[in-house]
Amino acid sequence: MTYFALEDVSIQFGGLKAVDGVSFDVAKGEIFTIIGPNGAGKTTLFNLISRLYNVTTGRIVFKDEEITQLNAQQIAGRGIARTFQNIELFDNASMLQNLLVGRHRHSTTRFWEDLFFLPRVRREEVGHRHAVEEVMEFLRLQRYRDTLIAGLPYGVRKVVEVGRALSIGPEVLLLDEPSSGLNVEETSRMAEWILEINRRLGITILMVEHDMSLVSRVSDRVLALNYGRIMAMGTAQEVQSHPDVVAAYLGA
Amino acid sequence: MAFKIRTGYEGDLNLFKTPQSVASYGVLLLLLCAAPFVLGSYFLSQIVFVLIYTIVGIGLVLLSGYAGQTSIGHAAFLAIGAYTAANAAKFGVPIYIYLPAAGLLTGLVGWLVGLPALRLHGIYLAIATFAFALIVEEILARWETVTNGNEGMMVKPASVFGERLGEWGLYYLCIGVTVFVIVIAVNVIRSPTGRAFLALRDSETAARSMGVDSARYKTFAFALSAGMTGLAGVLYAHKLSFISPEMFTLALSIEFVMIIIIGGIASLRGAALGAVFMIMVDPLLVFVKDKLPALIGAITGSAMAQDKASVLLAAPGVKSLIFGLIIIFFIIYEPMGLDGRWMKIKTWFKAFPFYKPATFRRQKMYLKSERGR
Repeated sequence: MTYFALEDVSIQFGGLKAVDGVSFDVAKGEIFTIIGPNGAGKTTLFNLISRLYNVTTGRIVFKDEEITQLNAQQIAGRGIARTFQNIELFDNASMLQNLLVGRHRHSTTRFWEDLFFLPRVRREEVGHRHAVEEVMEFLRLQRYRDTLIAGLPYGVRKVVEVGRALSIGPEVLLLDEPSSGLNVEETSRMAEWILEINRRLGITILMVEHDMSLVSRVSDRVLALNYGRIMAMGTAQEVQSHPDVVAAYLGA
Repeated sequence: MAFKIRTGYEGDLNLFKTPQSVASYGVLLLLLCAAPFVLGSYFLSQIVFVLIYTIVGIGLVLLSGYAGQTSIGHAAFLAIGAYTAANAAKFGVPIYIYLPAAGLLTGLVGWLVGLPALRLHGIYLAIATFAFALIVEEILARWETVTNGNEGMMVKPASVFGERLGEWGLYYLCIGVTVFVIVIAVNVIRSPTGRAFLALRDSETAARSMGVDSARYKTFAFALSAGMTGLAGVLYAHKLSFISPEMFTLALSIEFVMIIIIGGIASLRGAALGAVFMIMVDPLLVFVKDKLPALIGAITGSAMAQDKASVLLAAPGVKSLIFGLIIIFFIIYEPMGLDGRWMKIKTWFKAFPFYKPATFRRQKMYLKSERGR
């Protein structure tokens, strides 16, 4: 059975092939990191997986199901959650509400039930709050529960985004540069959380990251991308010392 | 200082957050119910207009404030509700049937108008809703068999179980509908639907990645908002007892948008405050028009200045000018509207003497990406 795989995936924007024939497999429970210089197509790859972009050719498979034809909102329903490089939180809502939006796929109430706030809606809401409270405890976010996102510092927002993705109850978590904009201390805490999310919650993680110390600390396997093509794949050590990767970063 | 202590998840889910708010809203409702015994018919009808505007305001707050969709075509929804009522009353249908029916019909139309919203954002959506309002206005004028065209049509008084609904009856009906609409709005806000709305408003990309079906919720926001406005339309028709197409123009739609700008864009209380303001502004302007020239005359002591002032104030367009100035004033100095001002005053007293203006200062973010659009 294929757990998660990209098969010869390409996307073309006009004359530009942002992702060009990329194939790889991710095993269940793995931490798989994608690195590459700016413009290599890393985030584009994530946007393809979360179906914000349509693939030009190729297939993306999750648990033997082709997800290339699903739409973006169905992806969360399959248990694939993501964060965004530049933070896409709901700024004018409280932290709690942000996490609760993550529970959206678990709510089964209909519009008219919501309109009259029937007992079933109330019961489900209490359940959502239980679940979200656990995520908050895990990431130590309780003290920001009622703070508007607009009033939170950048580092905390980064964690809230991970929390919101976790609230989905995902099997696969896509982290787009989890450490960008964080200081050394915050980065090392983020690394611990990533490991814990992976080990304790058993969530498979796909990550785009630039910070090589973080990458080599948490990743099982690393993929290096340049101009939308795969340059190298293997352990962090192997990829870092691969001559093409060195050339791409330092300029041959 | 007062602190809120949470003891369970249920606390956040209640209709009223504190016993105090139960008391204060209860008193407000009692006062409103007692008003006819005390106030004359002029003030009573002013309150009816405030209630009608409040209902529309709440519909718009849900649509614009929560779901982030603009509309400058709400007068059309009001018209659909009003004409439904007028026609139903003509055939002797009782109001308890056509009131909900008008709400549902307008909601359906709203849902249809919501469809283009799936592809349009911001100003383009506003223009689309404006176009819709123009179309409805045109239909009202041309579809003479139903609307009686530009001549307008009389609205038969509403009847319940054969009894005619008098001035008092309509007043209490308005209170009932307003309370109903407010409860529905609060329910939406505290349920997953409301959260889906604000998710769409703040980041559609993220909302979709969280599994929020944007098409479904955008159209639903339009349907809900339109449905509420349709209910208001029924009340409006009965209040005026005569309706014609030129009542439902762009100017009225703009007044509705002003309700929420002045009241506070994402606040139900703001909708009510904005409605009070909008209804009060007309009599106030009349008062100013009457008294100001005399005052100027008295101060300057010249009859010429008095004449000049009265001519100036009587000039056409003065009302629009003042409305425009009010909007600009609010957008610049109090973007959170009257409700925002109210919150600040409340916080000042709660936190006394530790109030700091920075509490309400919003941090600006320049990182929002436009990816995935």
